[in-house]
Amino acid sequence: MGIKEKILSRSIYVFHVSSGSCNNCDIELLDCLTPRYDIERFGIVLVGSVRHADALFCTGSTNRLCVPRIKKLYEQMPKPGFIVAWGACGSSRGLFKDSYNTDRPLDEVIPVDIYIPGCPPKPEAIIAGLVKLKEKILAGKKG
Amino acid sequence: MSAKILEYIFLFLIFPGFLFSTTMGLMVCWVDRKITARLQWRVGPPWYQNFFDVLKLLLYKETLIPEGVSRVLFLGMPLLAASSAALASTIILVINGAPFQGFMGDLIVIIYLLMMPSIAIMLGAFASRNPLASLGASREMKLMLAYELPFILSLIVPIIKSGYAIKLGSIITQQSGGFIAGSPSGVISFITALLCVQAKLGFVPFDMPEAETEIMGGTYIEYSGKALGIFKIAKAIMFFMLPILLISLYFGGIRSSVDGLVKNVLQYLLILVLIIVIKNTNPRVRIDQAVKFFWGLVTPAAAIAIVLAYLGH
Repeated sequence: MGIKEKILSRSIYVFHVSSGSCNNCDIELLDCLTPRYDIERFGIVLVGSVRHADALFCTGSTNRLCVPRIKKLYEQMPKPGFIVAWGACGSSRGLFKDSYNTDRPLDEVIPVDIYIPGCPPKPEAIIAGLVKLKEKILAGKKG
Repeated sequence: MSAKILEYIFLFLIFPGFLFSTTMGLMVCWVDRKITARLQWRVGPPWYQNFFDVLKLLLYKETLIPEGVSRVLFLGMPLLAASSAALASTIILVINGAPFQGFMGDLIVIIYLLMMPSIAIMLGAFASRNPLASLGASREMKLMLAYELPFILSLIVPIIKSGYAIKLGSIITQQSGGFIAGSPSGVISFITALLCVQAKLGFVPFDMPEAETEIMGGTYIEYSGKALGIFKIAKAIMFFMLPILLISLYFGGIRSSVDGLVKNVLQYLLILVLIIVIKNTNPRVRIDQAVKFFWGLVTPAAAIAIVLAYLGH
């Protein structure tokens, strides 16, 4: 564990990608920023532009229209960058597995680092997932 | 001769200049984040958070350059912003340490240097070929037009009070008898200058150039990696130095005695907390509201302060 991994794991700027989400996961992401959970303690800040981001939080079922856009966002993110698949839809398409509109899950589009299951995931589950992401970065995972 | 040049380089790069101001500025940014968090009943990040953020951007992140931009403008503007902020900080701190070091008109140089970061942000944003960045830059330009006039007008009060010397050093030495902020005109011009500093720093009632919820980071939208890190450093230096400029102009500058230093720290914290509380208790105004506020309310107040100072109050 070097100083690089420590710095990268301690300062994660997050960009929120919603690819056809039902808004439930998005609200849970905002819950994490509220006084009760306060993920800014760990250096996690929500940013407005993907150029500032270190991690993409992808919610929603990755429908066909969104696939090229997600790819583009992933390419626009400065590396090292990490992908978090968020909620049941982000992890595996969830309810929309057999839909005509969602032909593949997120992890076949871009390389996902962490899955946070749940519909929607509770803030505690989200923080547990972020701790796993942090451990992965500390172990030297390249983004 | 070369010893003098070495001394200047040391002053600019290390002690009151770039390195010191950056370190202090990042600490001040942490104070800002922590107080903001406490006001919202959160815990807030640890003290080293901003250092990690800037080091991450400077050392480990990729710097992306959009297709077809002018590299000189796009990458040069962060450097211009940081270097002019560091130079202004050097001048202010050196004159605070030795009031007779300044030269006639150094206050004008400081005013110009304080404008440079905003201009650099504007040019960099226009160079980045992004519509939202252009929008942010045009807002920044309008905001600058709004706050520069009252800012300069409020700086005239200390100039009049110190016997028409446009010299930071003599404004500081003149205040050994009593603070400029102790007189009626001083109080009014201190308040107007504080409001202009709020806009200069781009803090919340006046943060429409980079409105994150509206135009996604605005002027910074295309910046990443090292360029963004250097912009962050420039902002940190400005945040550290502008309260010190206010202390020098209205509270008699930095004192070398122990009780003087304690007073300085209290004054600094007062100004800082005022800025942070204004930032946290106000919503973002529209650009037309900001211009109306600065030209309709703050400029007349600053003009009244000048008249009062001229009459000797």
